[in-house]
Amino acid sequence: MNLHELTIEKAHRLLKQKDISSQELTRAVLDRIDTIDEKIGAYITVARETAMTQADLADKAIGEGNISPLTGIPLAIKDLICTKNLRTTCASKILENFMPPYDATVIRKLKRAGAVILGKTNMDEFAMGSSTEHSNIKLTHNPWDLTRIPGGSSGGSAAAVAADMCLGALGSDTGGSIRQPASHCGIVGMKPTYGMVSRFGLVAFASSLDQIGPLSKDVTDSALLMNAISGYDSKDSTSVSKDVPDFISFLEDGLKGITIGIPREYNAVDGLDSDVSAAVKNAIKIIEKLGARCIEVSLPHTEFVVAAYYVIAPSEASSNLARYDGVKYGFRDKDNKNIIQMYKKTRSKGFGREVQRRIIIGTYSLSAGYYDAYYGKASQVRTLIMEDFKKAFEICDVLLSPVAPTSAFRIGEMRDDPLTMYLSDIFTLSANLAGIPGMSVPCGFSADGLPIGLQIMGKHFNEEILFKVAYNFEQNTDFHKKKPQI
Amino acid sequence: MKITKEEVLYVANLARLEMDEGSIDKFARQIGTVLEYVDTLNRVDTEGVPPTSHAIFLTNAFREDEIIKHLDREAALANAPEKEDENFVVPKVIE
Repeated sequence: MNLHELTIEKAHRLLKQKDISSQELTRAVLDRIDTIDEKIGAYITVARETAMTQADLADKAIGEGNISPLTGIPLAIKDLICTKNLRTTCASKILENFMPPYDATVIRKLKRAGAVILGKTNMDEFAMGSSTEHSNIKLTHNPWDLTRIPGGSSGGSAAAVAADMCLGALGSDTGGSIRQPASHCGIVGMKPTYGMVSRFGLVAFASSLDQIGPLSKDVTDSALLMNAISGYDSKDSTSVSKDVPDFISFLEDGLKGITIGIPREYNAVDGLDSDVSAAVKNAIKIIEKLGARCIEVSLPHTEFVVAAYYVIAPSEASSNLARYDGVKYGFRDKDNKNIIQMYKKTRSKGFGREVQRRIIIGTYSLSAGYYDAYYGKASQVRTLIMEDFKKAFEICDVLLSPVAPTSAFRIGEMRDDPLTMYLSDIFTLSANLAGIPGMSVPCGFSADGLPIGLQIMGKHFNEEILFKVAYNFEQNTDFHKKKPQI
Repeated sequence: MKITKEEVLYVANLARLEMDEGSIDKFARQIGTVLEYVDTLNRVDTEGVPPTSHAIFLTNAFREDEIIKHLDREAALANAPEKEDENFVVPKVIE
């Protein structure tokens, strides 16, 4: 048995029975990282020593009979979630040496549960991108085909899970940044309802859209991670005070009585690949056979989703990223005569091209004379998009769709063509605009052998139905069992 | 073109970014393409539609006004590019 191939659930069982120790498990995963991450490039920072110390502490706790489902489980963290005294770069030059003085709430929860933090994973700079190519630290390769992108922006976390360089990972999703890389890497990704998971300590990209969530090898592990990170936090004023159910408890329920909606407009999306379309149709058939009822629904404003998102997200980003001014933390350019020049040189040298593009688009959309036509208009269209979903959910429980129009594209293919890259986010953006939960589960492979994901979206705070549908689908298929040959 | 080079330079200044001459044309073209696409929003009738800035309905989040421990000064200053005693140091602001 290769310890690094274990799921969280299986590793927990072995730890509990004392068949393995967390130190053995953590060392096995660190060895795996040493052996293959040179080829993949998933990690920005590997925290070997602290990981082994945490594993030792976990073993002691287990010895005393204190074990939670995550005790001693080695996990990877996207490099925009603050980890105390562990470098957090956002894959940006401007935070290259940033050492957070505190832990994000999700990290505090994981540590309290006894989890082991292996290190920090690569991403598009400040989470702006769909390929992880906009990292200003390194390039990440898709474990299924090293010439392709792993998806983004949580590409490092997805690649690390797919290549068994961690047992599970956290990412963040502002427009698909958990679901799309999960789809491209053949793993499970969950974007929770906005407000379900605290954003305290998550470096802000677009505050009304950002949400932290898990990337995992299967649905059960996704539910276990969600159990650990969900819940109200007084440090995040947008977190919602609600009891968190035990997501595991819903998995075994069948699909009888569930109605699934298929958005009519999604079939007409430009560039929808035939392999993706066939895999998703097949998945819908399987879910119908398992007892769910399937109906067609309409989301009439689908064609305006990308435009609305690419005004709202950059607008919020341009405001959030104003804090990087070279004063309190991060990079400062020394070549300056006055403070304005210091700001400009620091920000121009510190931010990469895509981040600067989005800051300009956002600043333009918010500037006097353009505000109503851009930010104001997009915020109104956002209301209409939300209403589309509300109406659809009056007649169905979940929506099924592709996650991305194609499987993973080649490295470099879209690097200089921002609009084409943005258009590929069509299926994932609306869950963020509407604040609803969305999930990606493996549902097939392209003719080239690349993974394809099925997206499941549900009503606000209805994660349990997503898990139920995903779990039933997973138990009746074996796409999630296939591993890339590295 | 949807956005001129001069407009990009104007907005860049507002955002405290410096554009280098060599890449400004390409940059303006890429941003122009995105803005042209965004104009498809004008086809949507939004007369009387309220804007949404937040997808989950929440009223003000209040908490008790209690004194709690925050980051101590040393930790808050630890990442400063330049500091002196208990302060962040910046270039001269007033000539």
